[in-house]
Amino acid sequence: MDPTPALVIRDLFKSFPAPSGQRIEVLRIPQFELGAGQQVAIRGESGLGKTTLMHIIAGILEADSGFVAVGGTQVTGLSEAGRDRLRAERLGYVFQTFNLLQGLSALENVMLGLAFGRGADPKTAMEALERVGLAQRAHYLPRQLSTGQQQRVAVARALANRPCLILADEPTGNLDAARGRKIVQLLRDSASSLGSALLVASHDPDVLGSFEHVVDLAALNQVAPHEEEL
Amino acid sequence: MLFLLIRRGLRQHLVSTAVAVLLVALGMGLVVSVWVVRAQAEQSFTRSASGFDAVLGARGSKLQLVLNCLFHQEASPGNITADDFQQVKSLPMVDRAIPIVVGDNFRGVRLVGVSDDFFQNLEYAPGHVYSVDEGRPFQVGQKEAVVGSLAAHQLGWSLGTTFHPFHGLDYNPNAQHSEIFTVVGVLAPTSTPADRVIWVPLEGVQRLGGHDPAAFTDLSGVLIKFKPGAGAAGLMLDTRYNRQGKRLTLAWPVASILADLFAKFSWFESALQALAYMVAVVAGASVFSAVYSSMSARKRDLAILRALGAHRGFLIAAVLGESAGIGLLGCALGFGLYAAIASTVQEILRTHIGVLLEPWAWNPVLVWGPVLMLALSVAAGALPAWRAYRLSVADGLSPLS
Repeated sequence: MDPTPALVIRDLFKSFPAPSGQRIEVLRIPQFELGAGQQVAIRGESGLGKTTLMHIIAGILEADSGFVAVGGTQVTGLSEAGRDRLRAERLGYVFQTFNLLQGLSALENVMLGLAFGRGADPKTAMEALERVGLAQRAHYLPRQLSTGQQQRVAVARALANRPCLILADEPTGNLDAARGRKIVQLLRDSASSLGSALLVASHDPDVLGSFEHVVDLAALNQVAPHEEEL
Repeated sequence: MLFLLIRRGLRQHLVSTAVAVLLVALGMGLVVSVWVVRAQAEQSFTRSASGFDAVLGARGSKLQLVLNCLFHQEASPGNITADDFQQVKSLPMVDRAIPIVVGDNFRGVRLVGVSDDFFQNLEYAPGHVYSVDEGRPFQVGQKEAVVGSLAAHQLGWSLGTTFHPFHGLDYNPNAQHSEIFTVVGVLAPTSTPADRVIWVPLEGVQRLGGHDPAAFTDLSGVLIKFKPGAGAAGLMLDTRYNRQGKRLTLAWPVASILADLFAKFSWFESALQALAYMVAVVAGASVFSAVYSSMSARKRDLAILRALGAHRGFLIAAVLGESAGIGLLGCALGFGLYAAIASTVQEILRTHIGVLLEPWAWNPVLVWGPVLMLALSVAAGALPAWRAYRLSVADGLSPLS
């Protein structure tokens, strides 16, 4: 297995401007590392900065300071085009709200996961759909699929480009317990089979209970939670 | 993938897309129609001057003379004598002089009396001479007729058809002449006003019952063709008839008289152009509205694309692609609309004046019209594209968890 860690975070700091003009500190993480192919869940209630952390790792948000590297590529300091390329080629992202494009079929949504990196290849996209058991629904629009099936399409999209790191932000937030368990298992199995590392952020005890490694964001993040966020 | 997203984006907002496409089509159809029909009408009218350089007639309006003798519209400003005809015919610079007489009709289709010279190697366009397609030319002194191709079609006439003409240029069912004419020939189509009249011998019109015997030899006008190279001929005759004489009018040059006719309608053309431009601007606004609302509704979709690795340029291309798509569809439909407008105008002009438009003949507006509409459409997408470019991915993906 590639010895390069899937994710390295050092001295990460992020703040946002408040309406008053002051800056509110959101994240201050001295050290975090995820080995290649490792699977870790981050526990955290709403407002603790889980999504902000995920967005910084994905290069969607920029950190105020610190070091973040994905698969050996330093995210912090990358140009915007570089961060776009990183997401397209090396990251898979599963959102709480699935974030499928409603005008595209399941297959076309999965092709989107490939379009900006390896290129939109229907064959590879279909393989990803087969992996999540939805090949038969390839040409269905998202609204014609159940919520569980929609999240499976989102998982297939995140896996399609064979990323070195899969980020899943509350992947079961819109699913019932049974479907949630299945999705997490699917994510874990798929990540294992592809050799991808998996970082799941959740506050769902069911999800957290299925991981051997669970990190408490409250312990990891040295910023005290703000009252209004709790 | 870009084209797929553009296509689906347009389909997702079908109603606003369809309205914008229709407006672009209307704008483009109107712009192209106004320009082409105007230019083509002028060209076709000039071309339809039937190969004659000038018209000699009674003192009056040159335009009226041209319309009456060449386009078979309006009434004659008066008559001229057979001597006037002989005099002009004998001039050395005159190649051909064809006397014509009008004043009768058959159910609204004009009878035009001409000499039999008309069918003898007379060019109506370079390399094209008047000829009889079916049958033969009429014989001088006989009650015979050669019918124009369009008139034959309109009246349902063929060789051997007989008819009683009606007196006057306008159809009056109570003013029928007793004389019977027989169709002996059908004129080969010329795409000129000659196609929509009935050609008879001069005497056929001059000596119809009820016409003034004192005016049996009078003519409505003389169609004149100058000899090749007789460049100063028109100027000379213009001086003789229009400046020095007081009894006759020489309508020369025909093209310039027709240009004056179109100049008279230039205000109408300007109004149509303004209307076309206004529709084009409204079309641009509707493209803006369609793309802007589509983009606002799909802000999340655009953020998802960015989260999946699409760069900002891709989003700009997607939004501009939608507006260009609307523009392209509108232009395609606009050509259809233009074809419909042009064919309607073409049919009206062909039937009523005998002038044939060529809507697909080269005209720069056939290129700049669609380019203008396409540019307007793309420009209308610029602001939505800029908004897409500035989109914050994190905000677009909210709510945060």
